[in-house]
Amino acid sequence: MSGAHGAEAVVDHAVSMGQSHLPILVILPLLLGCVLVPGLGLWRRRWAYPLTLVAFALSAYFAFRTLFAVLEGGPLHYTLASWAPPVGIELAVDALGAFVAAVVSIIALLVAVYAGEAVRRENPVREVPFFGMMLVLLLGLTGMVLTGDLFNLYVFFEVSSLGGYSLMAIGHKKAPISAFRYLIMGTLGASFYLMGVGYLYLLTGSLNMADVAGIISTMGLNPALLVSLVMMVVGLGLKMALFPMHLWLPDAYTYASSTSTAIIAPIMTKISAYVMIRMLFFVYDWDLFLNVHHIGDIIKWLAIAGVFVGSIMAIGQKDAKRMLAYSSVAQVAYIGVGIGMANPLALVGAMLHIMNHAAMKSCLFLVTGSVAMQTGAQRLKDYAGLGRRMPWTFAGFTFAAMAMVGLPPTNGFFSKWYLVLGGIEDGEWPMVGLILASSLLTAVYFFRLLERVYSKVPGEEQKPAGAEDPSFRMRLPILLLGVGVLVLGLFNAWFVSRVLSQALPHGMSLPGF
Amino acid sequence: MNDIFTTLIAERWAYLLTVVMIIIGLHAMMMKRNLVKKLIGMNIFQGAIILLFIVHAYKFGASVPVHDAVLGDHPEAYMNPIPHGLMLTAIVVSVATTGVALALLTLIYRRFGTIDEIELLQKLREEP
Amino acid sequence: MDAAMTFESTRPLWAVLVSLIAIPLILASTRRPNLRETWTLLAALIKVGLVLSMLPWVLGGRTAVCTLWQFAPGIELALRVDTMGYIFALVASSLWVLTSFYSIGYVRGAGEHKQTRYFATFALCLSATIGIAFSANLLTFVIFFETLTLATYPLVLHKETDIAKAGARKYLCYTLPAGLCLLLVTAWCVSLTGTAEFTPGGFLQGVGLSTESARWMLVFFILAVGVKAGIIPLHSWLPAAMVAPTPVSALLHAVAVVKAGVFGVLRVTGYVFGPEMLREIGAWTALAWLAAFTLTVASLLAMRQDNLKRRLAYSTVGHLSYIVLGAALLSGTSWTGSLLHLMFHATMKITLFFCAGAIYVRTHKENISDMHGIGRQMPFTMAAFAVGSLGLAGIPGVNGFVSKWNLAVGALHADQVVFVVILLISGILNAAYFFPIVHVAFFRKNKAFPSYGEASPFMVVPLCLTALLSIVLGIAPNLGVHAWDLARGVAAAVTGAAP
Repeated sequence: MSGAHGAEAVVDHAVSMGQSHLPILVILPLLLGCVLVPGLGLWRRRWAYPLTLVAFALSAYFAFRTLFAVLEGGPLHYTLASWAPPVGIELAVDALGAFVAAVVSIIALLVAVYAGEAVRRENPVREVPFFGMMLVLLLGLTGMVLTGDLFNLYVFFEVSSLGGYSLMAIGHKKAPISAFRYLIMGTLGASFYLMGVGYLYLLTGSLNMADVAGIISTMGLNPALLVSLVMMVVGLGLKMALFPMHLWLPDAYTYASSTSTAIIAPIMTKISAYVMIRMLFFVYDWDLFLNVHHIGDIIKWLAIAGVFVGSIMAIGQKDAKRMLAYSSVAQVAYIGVGIGMANPLALVGAMLHIMNHAAMKSCLFLVTGSVAMQTGAQRLKDYAGLGRRMPWTFAGFTFAAMAMVGLPPTNGFFSKWYLVLGGIEDGEWPMVGLILASSLLTAVYFFRLLERVYSKVPGEEQKPAGAEDPSFRMRLPILLLGVGVLVLGLFNAWFVSRVLSQALPHGMSLPGF
Repeated sequence: MNDIFTTLIAERWAYLLTVVMIIIGLHAMMMKRNLVKKLIGMNIFQGAIILLFIVHAYKFGASVPVHDAVLGDHPEAYMNPIPHGLMLTAIVVSVATTGVALALLTLIYRRFGTIDEIELLQKLREEP
Repeated sequence: MDAAMTFESTRPLWAVLVSLIAIPLILASTRRPNLRETWTLLAALIKVGLVLSMLPWVLGGRTAVCTLWQFAPGIELALRVDTMGYIFALVASSLWVLTSFYSIGYVRGAGEHKQTRYFATFALCLSATIGIAFSANLLTFVIFFETLTLATYPLVLHKETDIAKAGARKYLCYTLPAGLCLLLVTAWCVSLTGTAEFTPGGFLQGVGLSTESARWMLVFFILAVGVKAGIIPLHSWLPAAMVAPTPVSALLHAVAVVKAGVFGVLRVTGYVFGPEMLREIGAWTALAWLAAFTLTVASLLAMRQDNLKRRLAYSTVGHLSYIVLGAALLSGTSWTGSLLHLMFHATMKITLFFCAGAIYVRTHKENISDMHGIGRQMPFTMAAFAVGSLGLAGIPGVNGFVSKWNLAVGALHADQVVFVVILLISGILNAAYFFPIVHVAFFRKNKAFPSYGEASPFMVVPLCLTALLSIVLGIAPNLGVHAWDLARGVAAAVTGAAP
């Protein structure tokens, strides 16, 4: 290609493909933060937190701008170092990616607001590294969502994992043990993913997601392709804590510090679920593998088993965080159910649940963190009567709990609504029944806790030490999330019609619009 | 039989080696009690994947992927550089993860005096 | 329904929101009880005012619609003031005013704790109830229905004793699975029809539902609404929930929650399935017999209860099935009877519960065997009780007779003489478990009684008013709010028959 002709072609290609700087701008503040916060923080400790907060806020701002830009103008692309894809690495943001990125960044921002005070109270010595690791975690997660390159995703995957392992190791005395186990299993998962990528590269010669998708659609069924799909599912399932690969999660969430859990629990497993959606539906030929070859059925049944195992284990727990950890296993499994059912409504339910569960779980973990810090209560029986002494905190908790059970008009109800609708469309009545029955299990452990929290404790009239609402900075995210759970529920149709209906893969469209 | 032998072992022995390494790595990660051995197993597992990529990059009769005036611009003359580049990154990631793991192990050993999985799990299950 | 007669209005929305707005005000006035109670009363009065103001619309055949935003693909959160919804809303809102006065007397007289939580939750329940009444489609209905479950839970739990906790748990054990059944059938309807709007005469015909599937759907629907409607064997929560403070029992369990359940049954039979479809799938017989079974067994169980509130609870279970029976008989007059009974049973039952509460506050007695001779001490209270009992037994002169008469005639119209017999028998059973109470209260002496006197006027005035209302409506059923016309209007719309 001669120079001028080539340049024009590149420009035309660029304009038609929605080139924009926005995707990299979402990542850049976090990247700069990763470098500046440890550096400047070791010099002046007090600067670490404000810098972190600014980085998160900027990232969230750009994430929302990206979301609106994608909704209006279609997918956005940014080529790193101007090497055009498929040779170069690009960031490719479609509606789904922008949606998940926005959710992750806003949840992270809210937790960061909480963390300002929480970290100072829980881990004053390691404040600077803690914030540094939070930035690393978010960098990795955001990168994973926005990238359009398979290997680049692996790199960001491991970056986020490193942040995760480090954050999980801070906290309880036993935390490093569970963090190490998570490290082994998480690396195993990422390695399986990498193997899957390896096979894909062997078969298609490309690493760009869109490119690979195009090539795969012409390939039909190929044993190597099936193997690579299975490896990816296993790897991502490990990171997502899909049954039966969920065993690392309860210990890890329980022993980590409350802020670590608050930032990891709502988003890390969710992003792995997002990657699974991205791979299964946007890279591989989903109809072929999920429907015709029943991979979808396997995922579906494993997932519903995960829902029940998680819920039943949660009922038997005596520690608050451990109960919520098992609850997370169950809730992420709902997303697995939606993925496995592989029809538009169920997939919308899964995607919606990514956002909904992130909001609910972060609120719940923020509450348990506040309670632990204010009263030292870790076990459920120590929560008795706290509703009166920490009214605002538990107001947020009540809303989030109702959303977890799936009571209208909170957002949890609508996730289940779409999943159930999806199941009915496909005639999967047993699955529908199981989804509904699992809500009852969730109701058991949440209502039991609510009953305990709001009852009077016999024979105790004075407040135990420190039993009052935490400071405004810690309360604000809890309340915002509690109200948010209601608002997201009432206005879920906006998300579904404006955002998610555009986020569906090829060959799927949402009825009723 | 002869066919399988030729195809599987003679022609693709490198991939077979990869499989063997994966099995060793997985076995170590799951079955060994000592945490350091688990870590080594993890490294072996990651090494196997790296090997997979590298093996794929090989071309019969090709040279190293450095441009040579003598060989010219023909792609068949050079090995595929992309997997090499990817695996350099993967090695870096592996090293970083190993570093974090070793830091965790040091911390565990300092706190609990043992890096045996069974003993540590017992300590985990004890009340705080 | 004539499309030209529907118009947009926000008044139904305000009727729902009034008490919601009152909640933060109530919570904020926790230290000033009089101010707090004023908020409740104000909200109740405004609510009933709004509802009454819509009466001319309903009587004139015009339907107010308030569409909020889109809730889910193709379905909107929408309120509609049709005749049947209006009836329910009228009952709930007007009786809330009286219950609020009564509540004030009760909680202060009994020294209940956590009064703020009580009043705030009560307001939420009423919002949910009006929302149920005015729901235009199944999804809106589900949302308000579940909110009502949630809102009543803290009220059942109120006393926080072990029995209260057990009762509240039982309540949830019954209502939550029912809510899930409701979600299931709503999703099913939506996937079949797209919108699930309530339509008089049903919207499920011609949708391609096989008879077998339709029967299953009806089963799940009845499971869903039947828990609140107290259909045996889904009724066990109701006696257990009597552990709540009496105003709660009165309004919610005699009027709002259980009436929401039968309202749900009416919506299902009349506005989702419709009489034609029910005849087609042959399901109405099963439902009618289930109702008949419930009302007989409940009456028998009521006779065995010594605790007054539990006896009233079983009585409620029985009377709710009158309404279900009327709906299942599918004739114009039986529907008229059902709706009249929905209204009239409310006034009578609330009178009885009010009396029970007044007796408890004054004497701390809960069991009938302890209430000998109380009529002498609390004449007004027991006179009102007598009125309510007469009405529920079906004695002419009190409004209960009017609704029962319509039910009986409706059974004849449907060529089901056997149900007329059942209705007569249950009338006798009603007398059998009510009249002894009145007899014992007035005609037995108990020397060990200190002199009690009536409870506070806050409590006695409302119960006298409801008793009077029952008599007035018994003599002139169409007085005031045109209850008769309203009921007939619904029956005509649903069954297509001139009643």
